[in-house]
Amino acid sequence: MKRFKFTKFQILVHLGALFPLIWIIWDYYMDNLTANPIQVVTLRTGKAAIVLLVLTLAVTPINTLFGFRQVIKVRRALGLYAFLYAGLHFAIFIGLDYVFDLELIIEAIFDKPFALVGFLTGLILIPLAITSTKGWMKRLGKNWKRLHWLIYGAGLLAVLHYTWSVKSDIRQPVAFGVIVILLLIARIHVVRKSLSRFRWKISSKVTELITPVRKLFSQIRPSRKSI
Amino acid sequence: MEKIRSSEITPEELYINRRQFIKAGSLALGAITVAACSQTEKPSGNPKSSATIEGSKNLEPTAETITKTDELGDPANSFEDITNFNNYYEFTIDKQKVASLSKNFQTRPWTVEVGGLVNKAKIYDLDELINKFTSEDRIYRMRCVEGWSMVIPWLGFPLKKILDEVEPTSNAKYVRFETIYDPDQMPGLKSPWYQWPYIEGLRLDEAMNDLAIISTGLYGNELLPQNGAPFRLVVPWKYGFKSIKSIVKIDLVDEMPKSLWMAAAPHEYGFYANVNPEVDHPRWSQSSERRIGEAGRRRTLMFNGYEEEVAHLYSGMNLNANY
Repeated sequence: MKRFKFTKFQILVHLGALFPLIWIIWDYYMDNLTANPIQVVTLRTGKAAIVLLVLTLAVTPINTLFGFRQVIKVRRALGLYAFLYAGLHFAIFIGLDYVFDLELIIEAIFDKPFALVGFLTGLILIPLAITSTKGWMKRLGKNWKRLHWLIYGAGLLAVLHYTWSVKSDIRQPVAFGVIVILLLIARIHVVRKSLSRFRWKISSKVTELITPVRKLFSQIRPSRKSI
Repeated sequence: MEKIRSSEITPEELYINRRQFIKAGSLALGAITVAACSQTEKPSGNPKSSATIEGSKNLEPTAETITKTDELGDPANSFEDITNFNNYYEFTIDKQKVASLSKNFQTRPWTVEVGGLVNKAKIYDLDELINKFTSEDRIYRMRCVEGWSMVIPWLGFPLKKILDEVEPTSNAKYVRFETIYDPDQMPGLKSPWYQWPYIEGLRLDEAMNDLAIISTGLYGNELLPQNGAPFRLVVPWKYGFKSIKSIVKIDLVDEMPKSLWMAAAPHEYGFYANVNPEVDHPRWSQSSERRIGEAGRRRTLMFNGYEEEVAHLYSGMNLNANY
């Protein structure tokens, strides 16, 4: 039974990841999706997919830099949520936007790079989602890691797709692009090493500062119990 | 294009009543559909079906506007859709928020300065204009470059009437339009991404075409700010952004004016911006569009369906180069 116990952090991550979906459903019932709801839900699911994809990429660097091990545990969930929103985004495009009009769908995807790049991003995510289980990790061994490096490709393509969807104010897509590139740099071996060294410096400083406070608290605690 | 007499257009009280009736009716229908769905568990692929995510909302415009259709037989969009889904970057780029951000926009007093290469330059007062030129009903399709469209029952008069009155000289080749620049009332003007004020232009023969109108109202009422009050251009065979809003200045000029969008992204937005399913936007296909209120897509029509009226303006021109 203990196996299925979620930590508070995990619950928080799951709720946060489901929030965009709940928000869409809420707005649908509140009639708050504008006169063009299909465009709105397409944009919102796309945005959620990109944010979650970037968060997935941020997991390892966060652990390296801050030694926050709990994030490693939610990486798969974050990646799968990104896949869920990407899937919804695509399903809306096919089923609601174009209502399975195959001729128009093929035109839209292959005529211009904008939709094509989005489509490729989705294609990359499929094998990553399928092989995200422990069984596949074991089966693929070293190759698993190699395969999952593809997520950086997906991240960069997703940002490109997002940039092309914007008319002129490209601040947000560019910000996402910079973040993805920084996260990629953080994974380079040398950088990662120095980041990790940097973390030890910080954490030792932090412990230095925290220890007296902790001591103080541990002194206070017994008195609390006595109340 | 077939013109529709005002007597054929549903008065506002009637359509509002009808709207409420249909809302109740479509709610009931929606409930039935939900029940039907749970039995069969098979979603319908029919775009008009209320079993889509659109639900009962889908039925509204179709049913409520039976008497208001464009010449192709498609119903006008609801007043609510037309006034709550707007591109008006002077206020905000959020289409849903334009209505609330613009609600206190002052449209009176308002003057429109018509000048440049003309014999009789003139400054018109808005009410003088409205009284002078009789309003006609024009039900036009509006195709946005983003890939959606609406049918809108405008009130207005041909632009030609004003131009005839000021008498363009023989040197006048183009018409240049300018939107009001008022940062106090228009928060979007702070955006550094565009060279304000909004500028648009037409070739003189395009401007003299009977389809090109100045609109001052829609659905029988004066225009609301989000729709470009009090005085805007409507050129239905071009992408929506050509139909410049809240005009304060019209100039007859001899050189092709550079529009705001031409300045912002010259390789994406040209001077002509005619609706053309064959000429894609550099980033996305223009071959189809979504009519607001419908699921699914319609094939985009050449010149937005006004080929008969305007195609001759561009005969012999390379439309790929003159996008």
